[in-house]
Parts: sequence; C-alpha cells; structure tokens
Amino acid sequence: MVEEKEKNMQKEKVGVYICHCGSNIAGTVDVEEVREWAGNNPNVEVARDYEFMCSSTGQELIEKDIKEKGLTRVVVASCSPHMHEKTFRGATERGGLNPFLYEMANIREHDSWATNDKEAATQKAKSLVNGAIERVVHHEPLEKIPVEINPNTLVVGGGIAGITAALELANSGNHVYLVEREGTIGGHMAQIDKTFPTLDCSACILTPKMVDVGQHDNITLLTYSEVEKVDGYIGNFEISVRKKARCVEEELCTSCGICEEKCPAQVVDEGYGAGLGYRKAIYRAFPQAVPGYPVLDKENCIYFQTGKCRACEKFCPTEAINFEQEDEMLKFNVGNIIIATGYDLFDARQIPQYGYGRLENVFTSLEFERMVNASGPTGGHVVLRDGETEPERVAIVHCVGSRDKNYNEYCSKVCCMYSLKFAHLVHEHLPETEVYDFYIDMRTPGKGYEEFYNRLLKEDTHFIRGRVAEITDADHQPGEEGKLIVQAENTLLGKQQRVPVDMVILSAGIEARADSEKVANLFKMGCDYDGFFNERHPKLAPVATMTDGVFIAGACQGPKDIPETVAQGGAAASQVASLIGQGTVMMEPVRASIREEDCSGCRICNNLCPYNAIEFDAEKEVSEVITALCQGCGTCVAACPSGAIDGAHFTNTQVMSELQGLLWDVQPAPEKVNV
Amino acid sequence: MSEQYEPVIVGFLCNWCSYRAADLAGTSRIKYAPNMRPIRVMCSGRVDPQFVLKALRNGADGVLIAGCHPGECHYVNGNIKALRRYTMLKKALDQWGIEEERVQLLWASASEGTKLAERVNTMTEELRALGPLRWHEKVLADNGAHRVPVKEA
Amino acid sequence: MKYGYYPGCSMEKNARSYHTSLMAIAEHLDLDFEEVEDWNCCGATEYFAINDIPAYALVGRNLAIASKQNGSQKLVAPCSACFLNLKKTDHIMAEHKNVNEKVNIALEEGGLSYQPGTVSVHHLLEIIVKDVGLEAIEEKVQRPLYDLRIAPYYGCMVPRPADMESFDDPEHPTSMDTLMERLGAIVVDFPLKAQCCGGHMTQISEETALELIRRLLKNADDYGADMISTLCPMCQLNLDAYQDAVNAHFGTDYHIPVMYFTQLIGLAFGIPEKELGFGKEIVSAQPALRKISDEPPQKKKRRRRPRRRTGLPMPTMPEEG
Repeated sequence: MVEEKEKNMQKEKVGVYICHCGSNIAGTVDVEEVREWAGNNPNVEVARDYEFMCSSTGQELIEKDIKEKGLTRVVVASCSPHMHEKTFRGATERGGLNPFLYEMANIREHDSWATNDKEAATQKAKSLVNGAIERVVHHEPLEKIPVEINPNTLVVGGGIAGITAALELANSGNHVYLVEREGTIGGHMAQIDKTFPTLDCSACILTPKMVDVGQHDNITLLTYSEVEKVDGYIGNFEISVRKKARCVEEELCTSCGICEEKCPAQVVDEGYGAGLGYRKAIYRAFPQAVPGYPVLDKENCIYFQTGKCRACEKFCPTEAINFEQEDEMLKFNVGNIIIATGYDLFDARQIPQYGYGRLENVFTSLEFERMVNASGPTGGHVVLRDGETEPERVAIVHCVGSRDKNYNEYCSKVCCMYSLKFAHLVHEHLPETEVYDFYIDMRTPGKGYEEFYNRLLKEDTHFIRGRVAEITDADHQPGEEGKLIVQAENTLLGKQQRVPVDMVILSAGIEARADSEKVANLFKMGCDYDGFFNERHPKLAPVATMTDGVFIAGACQGPKDIPETVAQGGAAASQVASLIGQGTVMMEPVRASIREEDCSGCRICNNLCPYNAIEFDAEKEVSEVITALCQGCGTCVAACPSGAIDGAHFTNTQVMSELQGLLWDVQPAPEKVNV
Repeated sequence: MSEQYEPVIVGFLCNWCSYRAADLAGTSRIKYAPNMRPIRVMCSGRVDPQFVLKALRNGADGVLIAGCHPGECHYVNGNIKALRRYTMLKKALDQWGIEEERVQLLWASASEGTKLAERVNTMTEELRALGPLRWHEKVLADNGAHRVPVKEA
Repeated sequence: MKYGYYPGCSMEKNARSYHTSLMAIAEHLDLDFEEVEDWNCCGATEYFAINDIPAYALVGRNLAIASKQNGSQKLVAPCSACFLNLKKTDHIMAEHKNVNEKVNIALEEGGLSYQPGTVSVHHLLEIIVKDVGLEAIEEKVQRPLYDLRIAPYYGCMVPRPADMESFDDPEHPTSMDTLMERLGAIVVDFPLKAQCCGGHMTQISEETALELIRRLLKNADDYGADMISTLCPMCQLNLDAYQDAVNAHFGTDYHIPVMYFTQLIGLAFGIPEKELGFGKEIVSAQPALRKISDEPPQKKKRRRRPRRRTGLPMPTMPEEG
C-alpha cells in the first residue's frame, strides 16, 4: 500500500480567503458558511471572505495578514488558477512568503458556475477549500530557474512569413539561421502573379525582401536543407540540419544558367510550376531565385539514372558541377525557433465530380496563377489546356475542398478574394470573355477587400450564388456540345442552372502541409485535427506554442492572407527579440528530481521522458534529471517503482493530502483507514 | 436536502486540456452534476495508480481520469502512459470486484467543456445506480486482511 | 460462401437473364444462395411515397423471414430497388424507435418479428467485388473480353445514399469499372454512370423518362462505348426496351446493347451464351460481341520525354485502388 512520508513539521499557519467574486460565487455558494467552517481547521490561522480578492484591496488583505499574523501558507478560494494564480502568487510574494507557498481552490468555474444547487455547491466548495488547505501545508518554497537565451534564432521555412521574421530579427542585430526545404526561398508567394486587393505584382514586392535575406550579414541562408533533429530547451536548442547535395559548388557557380539551357532532360514542374510548366533536371525554380545556384534533381537527371550525358558539366564555364557532392550535416545552437512552413493547396483530384484531372480544361488556382503570370509557361496568356485556344467563357468555382464536411470543414479565408482577383485578371487579359463566379458567400473582410468586390461587380462579372454540384462534359441541350457544363443551383433565383463554359478554375482551399504532424513532433509541438500547428491561445497568443521558445507564424498556423502572414512573422520575431533582450529567462520550477539514495538504477524512467531529460550515470549507477530540460509532466514520478523521483509542487504527499482533504465528508471512520 | 444518495467522484484533470475543459464548462455556465471534485495535475501521466486507490479507499465512489486526446498531449505522450497504467489498473480492480463504471478515463481537449460535463453527468448516474462503494467492507475485511473474492471462470 | 438471397419480382420476369446468368456463375464463384422462403414484393419505389409504415412493414416481413431462416447471414439482393428498400428499412427501424415498434406490431400479426441490425443487406455487386474478390475472378477468366468497349452503368440507387455506408463512392463509383477491366474489357469514361435512368417515369411521364434515357445513351455513344453493363433490372429495361422509343422520339440512331454484368462475367468465364440469357435482350448484343478479339491490346510505350509541342501538361491521376 501507500507509504506516506512522515514529516516532522511544526504546524503551519494558513490564511484562507474566500472570494465572493461579486455574485458569481456568492450567489450560489454560501461564502460565509465556508469561511466559518474553514476557520475551524486546526491548520488555519485566519479565514476571511471578501468581495473581489483579485482587486488591490483583496491582495493587500493577504499581504497584511502574512506580515501581521505571521502566516506561513496562503489559500485563496476563487476562480481558476488559469485566471489569477499568478496574481495571488504575486501577493504572497509581496507579503514576504515564497510565491509557491500558495494554493488556489477553484470554486467558481468548477463549482458556483457549474450548478444551481446551492447546498451542493457549498458542500463542494468546502471540499475544494479543504483539499487546498491540506495540500498547501505540504508545499515547499521553490525558486524559478534562470536560463540564458542564446541570441541566435532558427527560422524554418523561407516563405514570406519566414522571410519577414528573419529580416526583423537580423535587422535587430541578432543572427538568424533560415532553413528552407526547396532550392530557393520565396514560397507560395513567388508563384503568385498579382496580390489582392492592390494587384501588386507579387514577385516585385517579394524579390527585394528575398535579396535582402540573401545579402544580409546576419542571416545564414540554408536552402535545399531540412532540419533533422532538435534537442534542448528554450535558450539553448541544438539543431541538426541536413544540407542536401545540389551537385553545384556554390563558391564557383555564377548563376549564368547555361547548365539549365543545355540540359536535355525536361520534366513537368510539379513544384514551383504547379504542374503546368516544364523544367529541366538541373534547374532554378525561377530566374529571381535566391540563392541563384541551381539544384540538380537526381531522380530525373539522365546521368544519375543511366550514367550518360553530363552535359551541364561539359558546358559549365566555371566547372561548378560536382556529381560527387554529398549531403552536408550541420549542427548549431540557437535560443529560439520560429516555424513558418506554410501550406499545401487542397488536392482537387479528391472531388471526382469536379473533373479535375479527367477533364482537360479544369484548372486549380495555383495552375491558373502560373498561367496568368507573364513569366509562366504561356507567357501570361490565358488559354486552354491545348496551349493555344482562348476561352470565351470562364467559370470560377469557390469553396473547393473548404466549408465541406466531406473534406475540410473550415473556410480557407483567401479563396473568395483570389477568385475575385482571377475574375479581374481574366477580364483584363481577355476583355471579350465572360466570367461566371460561383460562390456560397462572398468573404471580403480585409482592408480594401469589399471595395475590390464592388469593382468586380462593375466589371460585369456574372455572380451566381450556389455551390457547384458538378462539372461535366456530358451535354444535354443544344449549345452545350464541346463545352464544360457547370451545374449549380442559383439560390437567389431558386433554379438549377447549367452554364456551359470553356474553362473552369477551381478555387481550392488551403490545407496544412502533408508532413505537418512529423514536423510538429520534431519541434515538440502539437497539431490540431486539420494539421495546423497549435497556438498557445487562439486569441491572446497566436504565434506562441505550448513549448517555450518555439513560435509559429503564417499559414502553418491556419489559413490566412499575406498581410496577416507578414504581421504574424513580425509578431513572432518581436517575441523572440523580447526574449533575447531579456538575456535570461526565469523558468517554472515545477520539475522532477531524483533522490540518489533511493534510486535503484532500474532506468525505467529513462525512456519515458519525452524530452530525454533523464540521464543515466553509469559510474554511480543512478539516473539523474537534467533540470533545464524537464518540463514537469510528472510521468517519471508516477512510474518510479522505488518512489525515488520527486515532482516539485506535485509531490505524492501533496496530491494525497489534497485527496484526503477533498473527501473530508465521506471518509470512513478513522479506525478503518490506514489499515 | 435531497434524500437521494449522492456519489462522490474524484476527478484528476490535466492542467492543459481537461482542467481547461472544466473551466470552459463553468465559463459557459453549463450546469452539470456537482458530484465530481477535481484535482489538478500537470499531466494525466502524473496520475499514479496509488492516487486512484487512495481516493477509493478514502471514501470516493468513483474516479475519473481526464487528459488530452492522444496526439495532443502538452507533454507529447503523457496521456498514452496514463492509458497504459489505467488499463493495468482496471484489470487489478476487476479482480477485486470493483465495478467497471467506478474508474473511468476520458480524453477531453480544452475546448470540450460540454463533453466533460456530459461525462460527469453520465458517470454520476451510473454510480448512483451502483450505490456507495464501501471499500472497507468490499475489499478489506474488518480485521484488515485482504479478502479477494473468487471470480467465476 | 453461403448467402441469403432475395431475388425480387423482376428476376422472375423481365430480368430473367440476370437470374440465369447469376446462377450460371454462382458455382464458379463459390456462392451458395439460399432463397428467402415465401418472400414478398419489396414495394419498389411507389409504396414508400404513398404510405410509409405499411411500406416498411412490407419490407420488414422479408427481413423477418430472412433473419429466421439464415440467422445473421448476409442477405444479397441483385435488384437495386429491392436492395435499397431492404437496407433502408433496416436502417430506419434501427434509427427510429416508433417505426420499429409499429412494424413489429404489424409483423406480429403474422407471427414474425424483426430486430433491426440482425440481417446485413448487400447488393450483388458488392458481394462479387468485395467478398469473392477481383483476383479470384481474374483467375477464372478463360476468354478475356479484349477490345470490347464497355460503359459501366450503376444507376442511381446502388451507391447511395452516402450516409448509409455505401460500398462505393456515391458520385463516382468505380467497383464495376475495375471488375470489367479485370475481365479484359476496355472501360470507357462514362460520366453519367450514376445518373438516373428515369425509373418508373416511363409509366408516369414517358417524355421525361425518354429524355433521361436519351442522355445516358448519348453519353455512352459520345465516348464510343460498344456496350453498357448494368446491375439493375429497371435500368436495363429502360435503356434496352425503350431504346427504340428514344430513337423514334428524338430521331437518333442508337444501337447500344445493355447487358447485365453477371452475363459479362459468365462470358469471360467461357460459359456458353445461351446459358447466360443472351438473346433475350431487345437491342441485340451480337454486333458488340463480334468485336471481342483474341489478341490482347498492345501496351503503349511510355515516352521518356512528355513533351507536347503546344499543350500544357495534365495533372497525373493517382492509381485507382
């Protein structure tokens, strides 16, 4: 059975404070009765009730009592610790006691707000208060642990979010490692032609920033690289990065582009080209790529597949091609990490009734972006899949894969706006062409967005409010032959409509990256059900994660447009800068520690720790907790068969005492307990 | 005062998910059975089976262990360890004749206040139907020796 | 494998060839059918529209007998309407207590009762594709249907409704497509494969029905199908028996034979045509059958460089499972 530590302690003097919280608590719980009853506990020196304990008067009550009555422990029965634990710990500290000699009883969220039964609520309040009193008596003073913050930062992902964050930090004088999986930074924004609502040329506003990153003294740019391992904790992360072999010597390459020209192997560009264009086996994604060194795609390179060719090597004027180049493993230390890995476009092949992949002239949004881009495969001409014919009628379909219980229930936020943008671009490129826009709702919340919508209304776009049921080439009526027929219910007219068009653009939604779970595990973060990374608090802490020192920014946190992404990139950077500015950060002392004399060296705890915070000392044959790595979950404490591990602030004695306190009114007679 | 027997449930709620779920239930003013008395732990992985046994021995009629959904644990996989311990504990409890409904496990994320409230309600009714546990009579004999009821094969 | 078998009214009369071909291939596929004793009509599509509780009771009687007879065996219905009615009734009795109560009161009068969920209802296509398995079928193919272009037609009922756990995708079913491919045939793209054939509209408003039938025939024809394979007696009847009426009404000239998929399986197994009910169809299948060649189609060489002079590349589709 349980061995309870017999501690020879002098009686503690506990101050108990029952908060009314106006009528929030006092309206249901009889606070005076609870106070009176608490006062009878032998450990309690003084019991008070007050209207608003969190007010300065309330806090001063605590401070005064500690000083005047020599209290050694404090209990406040009020709201949730997530609200005011910090507040009352502060009051305790100002009164002269260690802040951890304080315990809170949640009699609001867990009691007065959760029931109308006043008697039951009061009874429950007594239990909760008693639990807190019995527990706090066993509290030990604890000191926060200082951790130094390494001023370097790792930014994962070189899209606009990562670029913004990296530049902000680099400009503040701190060093940044920017790791990007592709051969160049730029991300999805580099694929886009114009950005809504200003119709800025995307590349024109992006490339100066890309150049800044490439040239910045404070940024180490690692492209075609991936983070493989992350060890450590806030202020001191050890990062291992694999720099994949591009087969191009960076010091020798002049970015002349001859290798790309001469390469005979052409493949469909699934990445930057969104599958609409071609690239060579040795390639730069686009001419303004940063860095400008090409990447050799070994899977499609004739030399790597068959042993022949080597044309790039022959023609390179500086002999920069190196087929023997190997992956490089890099290790470095950083204090903070910002994850900005971006999004994937919803795969429209999942919706067979829209015909993407089967019907030639159904395009996705990214395919259309590349088409309408002047540097794209069609030179900016809007044409059908045959590369030549100009469409006379174009349909744009909203909410493909979004707002759909069968695929993704959430709204992807940007699609309405970019659909309007496409409508405008089609009007611009082909003034005679008719545009039909099929929408459910028109979501235009940002600055200038509604005005942009009105502009499109004036441009004679046909807006049909109805979710598209089907896109088919099976014609029924005259006038439909050879066309793509978009069938939708026009809900404003209350009729089914079949609209024959030449080209359909599917506004596919934003999804989390396919490997987001893997990335989350790597950085000890969490993902939600849709794969987007979990922020610490959806309203108040959107760029922080539950793991100290790891931040997220941009579309990897949830679908958003460019202004929001840039804002988040800056926010993450500023939070990191704040930590760097503080130099040292105080960490919560809720951690485990192993009592050497009781440890049997069984090592069961070693593999249980998700933070690898327990090491085995082979000489002493005992396990040891690395305090700074320990996050205080307590799993090892519960697992130790010898009971040799103490979880600070959640010791067995404390929890068991709280249990006994909670069950004060249902305890069996004393002679029956502790048999 | 209702004459009805009111079961007492001890709830071990993890700081990051289920405790916040209970907070949310309160903030949303969802009314549910007041029979669950919560204890905060940092992670459901902290819940030692001894806590559960102590609760039952000290008069609780049931114990609810609530943690984050698998895959969402703030400490990566503490809830999985809780699940393992819980499974083993249930086997032991079963051999002592403790009914299945008395110790339960629940995954509730911070946004699932309703789910937690509903489970507390369901569990309260289940325990009300079973009646008080009376650990000392059921599991421990009056003279202190363990009486293990022989289970039918 | 043993299955409960609910033939339905059509199998006796106008879908006789469906029944014949099914029995012919049953042994080859190791399917042992035990017919539900004294089964009654399923109510087709009309009864449910008129008075739902008696309609459920009508179907419930079949379920009750099936459950007594075969226990919780799988009950197979080859006709789509029968299949849907049986499945729907079981589902609704499970979901709605009052329906369950009322139906059981009615069944009690006949000394029967039915507990929803006892019998699991399946369509014949599901049994053949899932339980028997495509590998087992492919092995038994003696005479592959090379060069025969088939448009697989599912009709509206079998893959729907989506929320009742249909065995195939409700918008774009592919199980019969894959089956036909394994038999060696060329499956043509047939986008209207799951669209309505008009059903009983032929009796109610012939013009509407003829238009629906015309669309299906036109679509199959546009994609160059030699034959339509179907799995529902109603669809077969409409597309086959009314093809002449469509031609007369719209001035078209379609001659697309509509056969049951079981007939095609039997054909590929080398069973003689007479045993499979060939010849009973109105639009003759002979011209299409003559197209079947003995030579397997040439495999197209994959080009190393997918370069099209002017076109843009199409997205690659994932392999069909």
